[in-house]
This record gives sequence, C-alpha cells and structure tokens, in this order.
Amino acid sequence: MGRAWLPLLVFALLAAAPFAGLGEGYLLTILARAMIMGLAATSLWLLVGGAGLVSLGHAAMLGVGAYAVVALDDARVTEALVVAPVAMAAAAVFAVATGAVAVRTSGVHFIMITLAFGQMAFFTAASLAGYGGDDGYTLYGRNTLAGRRWLEDRLVFHYLCLGLLAAAVLGGRALLASRFGRVLRAARENPERVRAVGFSPAPYRLVAYAVAGGVAGLAGMLLANATEFVAPSFLAWQRSGDLLFMVILGGLGSLHGAVLGALAFVLLEEGLSHWTQHWRLVFGPLLVLAVLHLRGGLAGVPGQIARMVRRG
Amino acid sequence: MSFGLLLVQGLNGLQFGVLLFLVAAGLTLVFGVMDFINLAHGVQYMLGAYLGASLASLTGSFWGGLLLALPATLASGLVLEWLVFRHLYDRDHLSQVLATFGVILFLNEAVKLAWGTAPLQMAPPELLAGGITLLPGLQYPAYRLAILAAGLATAGLLWLLVERTRVGALVRAGATNAAMVAALGVDIRRLFMLVFGFGAMLAGFAGVMAAPILSVEPGMGDGVLILAFVVIVIGGIGSVRGAFVAALLVGLVESLGRSLLPDLLRLVMAASPARQAGAAIGSMLVYAVMALILAVRPRGLFPVRG
Amino acid sequence: MAEPILEVAGLRKRFGGLAVTDDVSFAVAPGGIHAVIGPNGAGKTTLIHQLSGTLRPDAGTVRFAGRDVTALPLQRRARLGLARSFQITSVIPGFSALENAALAVQARSGSSFRFWRPAAAEARLNAAAMAALDQVGLAGRAAAPAGALSHGEKRQLELAIALAMEPRLLLLDEPLAGAGPEETERLIDILLGLKRRYSILLVEHDMQAVFALADRISVLVYGRVIATDAPAAIRADPAVRAAYLGEDEVA
Repeated sequence: MGRAWLPLLVFALLAAAPFAGLGEGYLLTILARAMIMGLAATSLWLLVGGAGLVSLGHAAMLGVGAYAVVALDDARVTEALVVAPVAMAAAAVFAVATGAVAVRTSGVHFIMITLAFGQMAFFTAASLAGYGGDDGYTLYGRNTLAGRRWLEDRLVFHYLCLGLLAAAVLGGRALLASRFGRVLRAARENPERVRAVGFSPAPYRLVAYAVAGGVAGLAGMLLANATEFVAPSFLAWQRSGDLLFMVILGGLGSLHGAVLGALAFVLLEEGLSHWTQHWRLVFGPLLVLAVLHLRGGLAGVPGQIARMVRRG
Repeated sequence: MSFGLLLVQGLNGLQFGVLLFLVAAGLTLVFGVMDFINLAHGVQYMLGAYLGASLASLTGSFWGGLLLALPATLASGLVLEWLVFRHLYDRDHLSQVLATFGVILFLNEAVKLAWGTAPLQMAPPELLAGGITLLPGLQYPAYRLAILAAGLATAGLLWLLVERTRVGALVRAGATNAAMVAALGVDIRRLFMLVFGFGAMLAGFAGVMAAPILSVEPGMGDGVLILAFVVIVIGGIGSVRGAFVAALLVGLVESLGRSLLPDLLRLVMAASPARQAGAAIGSMLVYAVMALILAVRPRGLFPVRG
Repeated sequence: MAEPILEVAGLRKRFGGLAVTDDVSFAVAPGGIHAVIGPNGAGKTTLIHQLSGTLRPDAGTVRFAGRDVTALPLQRRARLGLARSFQITSVIPGFSALENAALAVQARSGSSFRFWRPAAAEARLNAAAMAALDQVGLAGRAAAPAGALSHGEKRQLELAIALAMEPRLLLLDEPLAGAGPEETERLIDILLGLKRRYSILLVEHDMQAVFALADRISVLVYGRVIATDAPAAIRADPAVRAAYLGEDEVA
C-alpha cells in the first residue's frame, strides 16, 4: 500500500489543524464544512466510482438529512444520538423510494432521473411553509450529544467531523472490497457479464444507493448543525453539481479522492470568494480545465509525478 | 374555476410549451447527433433574453433587438463549441456534465458582471401590445398568442428541415448511428458545429421571445434547462417529434398543475393548506410525470435508438 | 436417449417481416458437444440470445434441465446452471483473471449481500476460481488484469468464468472467433478436455473445429433447423451440402 501516504497525510493535517497555529475560529469553521462536504462526496464516490451510477441529485439526500434536523428541532428533539440516526434513515428511505425507479435506467437516463427527483425534493422543501419555505429555517441551536452541548465546542465538532469522515472512508473501502462491492464494481465495468454469471445488478445498485443516501443524510445532519440554518438552496441541483465536481476533482481512481476533492473545492471556493465577489468567473473555467486536463483527479497527481520522476 | 380560466391557463401552458420546445429541440439534436449532454444550453436562452433586451433598448425597437440577437446567439454558440465543447465529444457523459456545468457558473457570473443583478425589462412590440378578446369579457395578451404562433411556426419549419432536407437526413441518421454517417464521408465536425450553432440560436430565439413576459435575470436559464431536460427525456432522447409532444405536455402540466391544483384540493381540504399543498404538488408534478413515464417506458415516448 | 439437458420446441422470432428463428426445435443430450452450425445470416446469434435469455421468443419454449425457462432472464438461467460465453469477449477488464472467475464462484456459493469481509480473502472462492483457471491452462496468469491478457487468453478466461459457475450446460458462442491458428489449436485442445466432463452447446463458424469436436450437429439455415445428426451423417446430407454450396469448408 505505497499510495496510502496521501490520505494518511491529509487526515494527519486535518487532525493537527487546530494546533498548527490555525486555531482561528474562522478557519476551523471552513475546515468543518470541508470535512462535511467530504463526507457527502465520499458517499457520492461510492455511487459514481464504485457502482458507476452518476447521480445529479445527490444534494437531495443531504437536504433530506438536514430537514430531518429541522423537523426534529421544530418538535424540540435535539439529541444528536436520536437526530443522526433519524436523518440517516430518512435519507436512506428517500434513496430507496427514488432509487427503485432510477436504478432501472442507466447512463444519461439515470443522470436525468436523479436530477428530476432532486428537483422534486427541492420544490418540496421550498413549499414547507412551517419550516420557513423559501427563506429556510434557523435552528434554536446545535444538537446536544448525550445531553451535553458538546457540538457547540469547535474542537469537539472538528474531531467529530474528522472521525466520521475517516470512518466513512474506511467503511467505504471495506464495502467495495466485500462480496457486495465486488458485484457492484463488476456491474460498473460490464453489467452483461455480471448477469451472465447469475447476478441481477439492480438490487445491488439499489442497496448502494440507499447506503450512499444514508451517509449523505448524516452529512446533511452535520451541515445543519454547522450552519445552524437549513434552506431549500441546500437541495438545489447546482449543489449536486458541486458534489459531482468534488468527486471528479479528487479523482475516480480511489475513494479518498473524494476527500481531497471536497477539501480542494471548499478551500478554493473560500479563497476565491475572499478575493473577488465574482469568484465563479474564475471557478467555472477552472472546473472546465480540471475536466479537460486533470483526468486522474488530484488523487492521481502523486502517481503522475512519480512516473515523471522515474522517466527522468 | 371557470371555462375562461381553464382556457387562459391552457394557452399559457401551450405558450410555455413551445418556448420549452425551442430550447429542448437544440438539446435533443445535440444529444442525438453527438451523444453530448450540454448543461450550458440553458445559458443560451438566458443570453438570448439579455442580448434581445439590451439590443432592443439600443435600437429602440423590439424587432431590432430580435434580429440582432439571433446572429449574436448563433455566434456565442459557435464560440463555445470551438472553445470548450468540441474537446468533450469523445469524453464520457460525466465529464460533459461537469465541464458544461463550469460553463454555466462562468456565464451566469459574467452576465451579473455585465448587466448587474437587477432584472432587465423588455417591452413587447407595439404591434402586439394590446389584447385580443377570446370570449366576451375575456382578454388575452396578443403578444402571448404571437409567441404561440411563432413557436408553432418554428416547430413546423424545423420539422421540414429535419424530415425533408439532406442536412436533416444526415442529422436523423446521425442520431441513430453517428459512426455510419462519418463512414459515408460526411464531415462530421462541420455537421456538429452546424447543429450546435443552430440549437444555440433556437434557444436564443426562445429567450428573446420570453424576455417581454418574464424578468430577465442571471440564472434564468437554469430552471428552463432542467425542464428542457425533462422534456427530452420524456420525449425520447434525440427525437424532435418526441421533444415537441413532451414540451407541450410539460408546459400544460406546469401551467395547469400550478393554477388548478390549489382549487381542486380545496374540494377536499381547508383553503390555506390546500393552497400550500397545491403549490408544492403543482411544482413537482412534471417531475412526477417524468418518473411515471420513465418507470413504464425507460427510453421515453419516442425512443430513437433501438 | 437420456432426458435432454436442453430442449427447444417450436421457437419463433420475427424482426419486422423477417422470420429470423422459424419453428426451431432440437434437443441437447447431456454429455459431449452438440454443435449448431449454419451459414452467415442463418440466425445463430438470435438463437443464442433466446437460449441464454437475453431475447424473448415470439413463440415456442425453451426447457432447461427439465424446467420451462422461456420466461426467465439471463441471470435466472445462469443461476440454474446455464453458463454462456460471448462471441465478443466479455470479461471484467479491471479485475484480475482470478477475480473474474471468483465472481462467478461467488454467484453460486452463498449470498453476495455481505458487506464487510474482503471477498479477495475468501479462500474457498479463490480455490474454486483457481481450479477453473487451471482447467483452461490460465493458472499462471491468475494475477494479471483481465484487460491486459492477449486475445487468446481472454477467450480462455471467458471459458474459465463459465466453468467457475459449475454449469450443467455450457453455451459457447463462437469461442474460436478472432483467434489465430495457434490460439485456435490450444482452444480446441481445451474444449476436447472439457467435453469429457461437461455438456456443451457449441455455436461455431469454424467447420474444421466443429467436425473435430462435435458429437452431434444441428444445421441452421434461414432460421430453420434443416438437420440434426452425427457429424458423419451431416457431412453426407445433400440438403446441408446444398445450403453450403460455394462454401468448401464442409467438404
């Protein structure tokens, strides 16, 4: 496992960040958001890189998780140990309901139908007048953890996000290496062959879709806590595009690419938006260039450098 | 809920439907011929509206704006094809989705920079400023009827072009089997550029026509884009006929759903929740229709490829 | 004759006005190789699709191992023990040769809804996969990515995947397609070895190979089976000779 140093380095840097003189609250806030997006991107990577399912509606899963926090907050249920499982279950149920139709299709149709379901979720969120409709909903406060207000502590929240992200990456790896993951990966490369040995890909894809939905729901729950505010814009299709960009920017070669992509995306977005209000003017062309020229993604960069060095 | 209201909403739906068709036609042709997903097609619609509105105020006439905006959107389509899209034809759909997403981010922001964030207004031509009496006591804006007529006329022309000309035959053949067309010795790159520029101009045309009845603002192409995708997926990707049928269907469902559902729901529930639920269900009705159609016919109503 | 392993009765398939499969009936006895031959355009590919379950016939039945499977899709027939190989090599290029075969073993041994334990560490899967590779002489290439194998090796892997399913019938769709003379010789040797242990339905273009391998032959012409018999009788059949007029391979 010679390539393991890159993800290890990234996680080590994230773990050291609060002590590296970067303890300014603002940077930690950004890092927390980056790790949460990393969690969501990891779940999307499982679909795109693992199962070959390009979803353009993944922000809806995140949104369902975030709105679960809202609904419970509105009902004065604020214990994270209750909220998190509910958020994950809600997103997974949404994934199963929409995935049951979506996994029947493939290719462009899958992209479009996930986009359509994402839009349905978006309009539903915008119509929830009780939760602020278009304007969104401000939480009374962050969730409590085991009855204590730990999530309000920046350090605790930082390490919570980091721990969950690491768990998701490790869990995702195990999943892809398992029997289940093997069928999933094989069906991505050659569904006809997989059928010919006796597997129907659809149920495997549906389960993967549900798992990814659940993990994205958890990310949504964390995001709601990080911002203490939830709005329909969380579910906009452009956010799904952002998530796909993170996955591709990081690279489809390995699962931790999603983490790299999310970190790079969020930090770039923050940096550029500090510099100019019209940061998308730079960000858009960067995205185009990344797609055209960075084919292996960021995770593939060390390998490319190594090859160049070896070639001399 | 009167017959008059139904008539007005039906006309609104059809008029929205033909606008959607003009956007979707380019999208479905580009996808059919080049197997290329272009998310940035919606910004052509937005550019059409912006260029139409500012050129109209520059020339002092709606017609001046329209006539100048058409070649301008054609040119912008060709420039984008040359700069970005042609490098993506042999890439997977995922890369195409992302790169064209980047183009959207850029152009939405560029429009903000050039024209500001405040919505622009464009006056309809004086000739069509008034209303037409449909029923005794029921007026309908002449301009909206003109959009409907112009849209249907364009659809007819497009049909003739695709079904009755040599270029159209190539486009149809390309939608079924692009490799075959290339093997026939046709310069496929030229054909691609032609289809691309033409599609961009159709979307721009829709944008100019919509400018007087909608507010012209950044991001206005995004919503239309998503609905245009719904249209081509329902219609069957690559099928112009399918896009036409689906566009009218989507236009009607959008318009009638949003306006009639609150009234219908009031029959079974109280007024305030009926209004809320009606609006919510109304705005997702088209997506539900799409999911339903795809569940039964995964390749759309008029599938092109066997 | 023993109970046939595969029995096709009155199979029909039309595309537009063209009857591509026209009242096809034949039975495959267990053990040995039953070949289906026919000139180009005879409908061999369409027939294979209907036998393996990727195409529904318009009429007629396919019975496999005493069971009507006409309505079952490819994956259900595979689970019943019908293993097919593809005319155009169909392997999983990103997997190693071993993992390609192990996937097929996995399909018949226990649930694949297992999410935790690494599949590559399951000794039982690997052992059975290795045995299948060994049968086709590919054991030495077990660790190589399938995408990096030579064309002939891919054809061998295609066979190994089918064997790893422990099939009751091997449905081989032109296993020699695209193979060079040396590769063809090696593949024929492998098939000769396999016919002692498996029931095989072989659809093949290469006449020499068919007459060297087959125990029985069905001849398909314009969607119809015009003869089913032992190779020597087929060779002498005037109707078959007429169908192949101008093609000197039968001689």
